[in-house]
Amino acid sequence: MKYLTFAAGVLTASSAFAESHAQPVLTVYAGDYFTSEWGPGPVIEKGFEETCGCDLQFSTGDLVPRLLLEGERTKADVVIGLTSDVTAKARTTGLFAPHGQDNSALTLPIEWTDETFLPFNYGHTAFIYNETTMATPPASFDALLAMPDDVKIVIQDPRTSLSGLALVLWVDAIYGDKSADVWAQLAPKILTVTKDWSSSYGLFTDGEADMVLSYTTSPAYHMFAEDDFTKKAAIFPQGHYFMVETVAKITGTDVPELADAFMSYVMSEAFQTVIPTANWSLPSALPTDQWPEGWAQLPLPEKVLFYSEEESTAVQEKAIETWRATLSQ
Amino acid sequence: MARNAKPINNAAGIAAATFVVAAVLLAFVGIGLRVETFSGLGPAEWQAIRFTILQSLLSAFLSCVLAIPVARALARRRFWGRAFLITLLGAPFILPVIVAMLGLLAVFGRSGALNDILAMLGISKISIYGLQGVVLAHVFFNLPLAIRLLVHGWQGVPAERFRLSAQLGFGRGMMFRLIELPLLMRILPGAFALIFVICLTSFAVALTLGGGPRATTVELAIYQAFRFDFNLGRAALLSLVQLFVAGGAAVLAFWLVPSISFGGGMDRMQRRWDGQVRGARVLDGAFIFIAASFLTLPLLAILTSGLRGMLEVPLIVWSSAWTSLWVALISVLVLLGTALPMAGWIATSRNGSVEVIGLLGLSVSPLMIGTGWFILIYPIANPTDWALPVTIAVNALMALPFALRILVPSIRETIQTYGRLSSALGISGFAMWRCVLWPRSRPQIGFAAGLTAALSIGDLGVIALFGDPDRSTLPLQMYRLMGSYRTDAAAGAALILLVLAFGLFWIMDYWGRRNAIA
Amino acid sequence: MLSLNKIQVTQGTFELKAHFDVNAEQNVAVVGPSGAGKSTLVGAICGFIDLSAGLVMLHGHDITQAQPDARDMAMLFQDNNLFPHLTIAQNVGLGIRPALRLTGDEVGQVNDALVRVGLTDFGTRKPSELSGGQQSRAALARALVQSKSWMILDEPFAALGPALRAEMLDLVAEVAAENKAGVMMVTHAPEDARRISDSVIFVADGVAHGPQATTGLLDNPPPALKAYLG
Repeated sequence: MKYLTFAAGVLTASSAFAESHAQPVLTVYAGDYFTSEWGPGPVIEKGFEETCGCDLQFSTGDLVPRLLLEGERTKADVVIGLTSDVTAKARTTGLFAPHGQDNSALTLPIEWTDETFLPFNYGHTAFIYNETTMATPPASFDALLAMPDDVKIVIQDPRTSLSGLALVLWVDAIYGDKSADVWAQLAPKILTVTKDWSSSYGLFTDGEADMVLSYTTSPAYHMFAEDDFTKKAAIFPQGHYFMVETVAKITGTDVPELADAFMSYVMSEAFQTVIPTANWSLPSALPTDQWPEGWAQLPLPEKVLFYSEEESTAVQEKAIETWRATLSQ
Repeated sequence: MARNAKPINNAAGIAAATFVVAAVLLAFVGIGLRVETFSGLGPAEWQAIRFTILQSLLSAFLSCVLAIPVARALARRRFWGRAFLITLLGAPFILPVIVAMLGLLAVFGRSGALNDILAMLGISKISIYGLQGVVLAHVFFNLPLAIRLLVHGWQGVPAERFRLSAQLGFGRGMMFRLIELPLLMRILPGAFALIFVICLTSFAVALTLGGGPRATTVELAIYQAFRFDFNLGRAALLSLVQLFVAGGAAVLAFWLVPSISFGGGMDRMQRRWDGQVRGARVLDGAFIFIAASFLTLPLLAILTSGLRGMLEVPLIVWSSAWTSLWVALISVLVLLGTALPMAGWIATSRNGSVEVIGLLGLSVSPLMIGTGWFILIYPIANPTDWALPVTIAVNALMALPFALRILVPSIRETIQTYGRLSSALGISGFAMWRCVLWPRSRPQIGFAAGLTAALSIGDLGVIALFGDPDRSTLPLQMYRLMGSYRTDAAAGAALILLVLAFGLFWIMDYWGRRNAIA
Repeated sequence: MLSLNKIQVTQGTFELKAHFDVNAEQNVAVVGPSGAGKSTLVGAICGFIDLSAGLVMLHGHDITQAQPDARDMAMLFQDNNLFPHLTIAQNVGLGIRPALRLTGDEVGQVNDALVRVGLTDFGTRKPSELSGGQQSRAALARALVQSKSWMILDEPFAALGPALRAEMLDLVAEVAAENKAGVMMVTHAPEDARRISDSVIFVADGVAHGPQATTGLLDNPPPALKAYLG
């Protein structure tokens, strides 16, 4: 018995010794979908760990609430998955440091000037329809509004869903003061409003709804993963709302070199080529000719609408309230 | 019973009750620490409060009223599969909400079976979206509960009364006035209040089936305030409103609901002479058939779509099912450890109203409890390590009021019958539990444990905030699948969830019933 | 010796007074009209009902505040004497220790008691498998192993037929005598008292009178007792 405890003691001591000389840890806070088995997380982790000689550990959960709650004691070194609409709130934490990457290397359809939040992918909101049930999709937003009321659309609640919020801002960007009328016209066609994107999309794929508010990249999943070419995005000439996901570095990180290395890694080809097939969105720093097979042919909008952080904060509340008030009648 | 002759030591019960109160209070303290601005309630919030109360009232009313003919039919008809149907009636209540919704939509949705049939008959489609959808879903969950309460009440009427009414030749009207009405007055008010509270704190159902922002519930508003605005002040205020309304109704429920025992004795049937008329028989059969269809068709839909999706289910779903399983089992242990001592204390108290403490867990949003604890834990330890323990504790807290309602009457009765004998033999404290109380309450313990296990399996919990990427529960994996376009696999996961929840419930309930001593 | 020192028991509007001694190893019957307070008296002595005044003393010690199991008494009730979910052996074993596992010696004690009351080999059965008479014997076996100096019985044989009851009474008297235990038995049948009791406590009109020799009392009853006896 004594030998056993002695042996155990030696083992633990040696492993502790090994640990302290083990790889440094980079803690990345990510959204929940990120680290699921079929999400981008595992591939990114593997790719980065090959180059950095470190241990990348994800921590999933709600991003902004956690950061606000944790404050300066946060264990995060890098935060990935903050969309452009929540960066304002995230900035108030005062936790973020400049990303140190070159914004001109980005291949976004808009000009990106923010020095703190670095986009790693993007997409646009769009209404997705099923070719087999809808022979003549609306060719513009006005056409969408003019559709007969028995065509049913499902959208998300802007107060609980980022895509829902994007829709509200989209309407505001196109129609401005006339938003209330737009919602009034859209209301009879709205089948229901769901809490999040996945419930909406589920309703669409089940055939409950004819159209769903989703992303321009949604058809890509059906095409490349399911060999299904019937789901398409309705592209409008007035433009689509631009959504971008960013990554940022925490100022108080205890592994600043690793964090910087990760930020560079995000801009690298290795990372960017993985994004489309792992995340079903468009890479932020990769020219179209280097996109994976088939992606460059995806129908994408020519015109892109976007509210900067300040603009978004200014109109958000009113736009949401207009939405709520009109739809509640 | 002499003052100093106590069959069980109440210290454990009081300690458990204190733990419950402290857990909830601590959560509010945690939140209070971080409230920055104290904003009032805007029009959106008031709309949420109004809608929440309205749909709860409607759901509770309909559940109770619709339960009456079905319960009457079940109580007086004998047919093949009756016992199974009554057990199956427990299913909707324990079904994870997200799973049940899929089933309901498959049957009642725009492209669902019902509308297909209506289209074939040339009738215009009905829309489930709106207040009617929310109420429908709530009735789906709670009608079985009301039916079970009523059937048990019906079976509690002494056989002599039926014999007497048969001998005196009671017609339908007299039967109703003299036997059935008093029964309904005794059981329905309490059942109504209980279902009202359950619907009040409902969450996921409202938005998807509600059709729009008009159908926002207070629970949803709390979720919004917290996760998207991060307005802790508003979230806390809404939580207090919810606690106030739900708590008030809960107190009412407690006063009005008589001793309910769910398990055991459901198969006993009294000989009845009423309802022998052909018309009554047909009507009864119709009611049973409609109720059974309403409650089982959505389950069938989940079964079929789930089987189709099973092939697509990734391996990780199975490991998270395993995680959910042992989390549920530990939740059961924690619940029993809390509920049994508390039930013992309540059963031996002069004033049984302390049971209302158990209802605290039901009236407060689990999101708020999780957040409050997160705030308190964070300075001391890594919340990720605490994700599963917190989930377990919250699961136990949620199931506590139901467990108490089930256990208290049985323990009270046992002590009344065997209290003196135990006292004379010096059986007290732990020996009392081991030798007397536990064996005699096995059916109730089994039912309460089964209920807790099923509710825990299906609960998304507070895990989203505490976030542990390595260990996840089954509902969370299901959401992840749904969030990555993989709806077929999600349906498969839903089926696994259903089987686990109902399986655990059935095993524990069966364990309890099988060992019930007459 | 069991002493009731100016005791008073109040239950609602009902009041019972008693002040007497009972010698050890006596066999005493408690008789009286329905509702007179026989069970109340016995309940107070055993510790299930609180006294509003007075003391109960046993062997010179004040046991008024003692728990029922701490008094040197074994009690048999009218019903619910056995736990239906335990075997006869386990039920009897509870008299030795409030636990379900017994040592080898204790098991021997249980078996001896069962043999003594005529229930050899009944140990593994459950109470529901036994007749009324057999259940009473099992309860008696437990009282045996408790080895207390007093056996208090509250009409435990009321549901048995006359022959069986007589048999049980004889058994009780024998067992008590063998173990040098006193017996206090509540009964509504004076014949029972005549059969085995040395003395009788008559309870009526809120008073429990001290024990008096059975034959003497029953042959020449005072007016209240006469009204009861008929």
